[in-house]
Amino acid sequence: MRGSADAVVIGGGVSGASIAYNLMKQGVGNVVLCEKDTFANGSTGRCGAGVREQWGAEANVRICKAAIDIFENLQEELEYEYDIEFVQKGYLMMAYTEKEWSQFQKNVEVQHKLGVNSRVCTPEEAKEIVPVLNTDGMLGATYNARDGHANPFHTTNAYLKAFERLGGEVNDFTEVIDIEKSGAKVTKVKTNRGDISTPVVVNAAGPWAGPVAAMVGVALPVYTERHQILVTEAVGRLFDPMLMSFSLGIYCQQTPHGSLVMGIGDPNEPKGYDIGQSWQFLKKMSDIMCKLVPPLKGIRVVRQWAGLYTITPDAHPILGTVPGVEGYYQAVGFSGHGFMLSPIVGRLLSEMIVGKEPSIDISDLDLGRFERGELRVEPSVV
Amino acid sequence: MSRNEDDIIVCRCEDVTLGEIRKVIREGATTLDEVKRITRAGMGPCQGRTCRLLVAGEIAKFLGKPVSEVLQSTYRPPFKPVKMGDLAEICEADEDCCGSDCGCKSEKEGVSQ
Repeated sequence: MRGSADAVVIGGGVSGASIAYNLMKQGVGNVVLCEKDTFANGSTGRCGAGVREQWGAEANVRICKAAIDIFENLQEELEYEYDIEFVQKGYLMMAYTEKEWSQFQKNVEVQHKLGVNSRVCTPEEAKEIVPVLNTDGMLGATYNARDGHANPFHTTNAYLKAFERLGGEVNDFTEVIDIEKSGAKVTKVKTNRGDISTPVVVNAAGPWAGPVAAMVGVALPVYTERHQILVTEAVGRLFDPMLMSFSLGIYCQQTPHGSLVMGIGDPNEPKGYDIGQSWQFLKKMSDIMCKLVPPLKGIRVVRQWAGLYTITPDAHPILGTVPGVEGYYQAVGFSGHGFMLSPIVGRLLSEMIVGKEPSIDISDLDLGRFERGELRVEPSVV
Repeated sequence: MSRNEDDIIVCRCEDVTLGEIRKVIREGATTLDEVKRITRAGMGPCQGRTCRLLVAGEIAKFLGKPVSEVLQSTYRPPFKPVKMGDLAEICEADEDCCGSDCGCKSEKEGVSQ
């Protein structure tokens, strides 16, 4: 392992991988990534893998749109030998309550203002897009063909392989145990495998972002929460778009491989680091999904697991610098949508670190917004 | 390594060959999880019942250490694939019963951890 670096990225999930790659691309000569387990082992490899522009808050629409621009050419940019499986077959966001339906219609107005071609659908139109859908009780839906999903393992691996080709170093099983400062400046990252002298540290530690921030004396207003998910056996094509409903609390997509990946939010989930599975989840997920997509009744669940959301008070990530800690950058608190943001977050953070003007103004996504009381609540999160 | 050996299917659920697995190991994978994430070996309906040990053996051989030292993947429920329709029918007679401490929960504990 290198003993010194121009920048050290903490976290081998998709955010860390993207930041590390973009730093090398920006010409930072010696970048080292430290991962305490193996790539995509935390939240990335456990996520639902959706990528959407259909958000309610302007900041989220803007950065997700830019992320999709990058996703569209990512396979080629990273010259990846496998397939990152990015497919754009849309998101169908289904409304079942008046409140949700009126929010969706407001969201579409915001999206249109920012150049997203989402559209409002009647239940009949939703059924044309997804013929197997049972639209009982549905008030309406919104659809955006440019949304989609990708494979989180391969996307992360693609970034890491490109990062290594450019001369970056990936260290697995390398846990950061402390960060040293000299005055206000970051100087050293201490790991279980040795120390790395560096003037720049990037916290992309996902659920462990809080403990890492604490090493430089920064308190993050985040908490972690388990979200459960399952995957079925691979079957023939049932439907194309990601199905999502906030009132039902569900999302479900069919991967290019043919398996269906689905999850459900639990409003009673306690905060913490538990990533165990429960049979109640299997039951509830099956109850809802078999009603929504009746052919699922005959399809078998192969595996269930859980991952962690790292949630901020306004469900927006915390990006950038922290006054008073020189050389420390963070990309944390993605609140369940870090995967879809990762391509643009990597670009923006790398621009900041090399001293360029970020290509999208994200100054309002800094940590200081919580002190300033400028919370940007996102109404559309599962 | 002969060409024929490369073509041997190690993960029968996902049609992953020995050649594909060896390539990922040569390129740096040292755990079952990494091999699985890239090749899908062990992600199919049988959950690696057949290929898990074979892949671990390949990693051990490449790293020159005992199979027992190769980091295993997590075993995840359900133990065998279960139809979503069957899961949805559990306790349908008494919806409220699920999730409580009644007999229904202990009966079904077998499918969880």
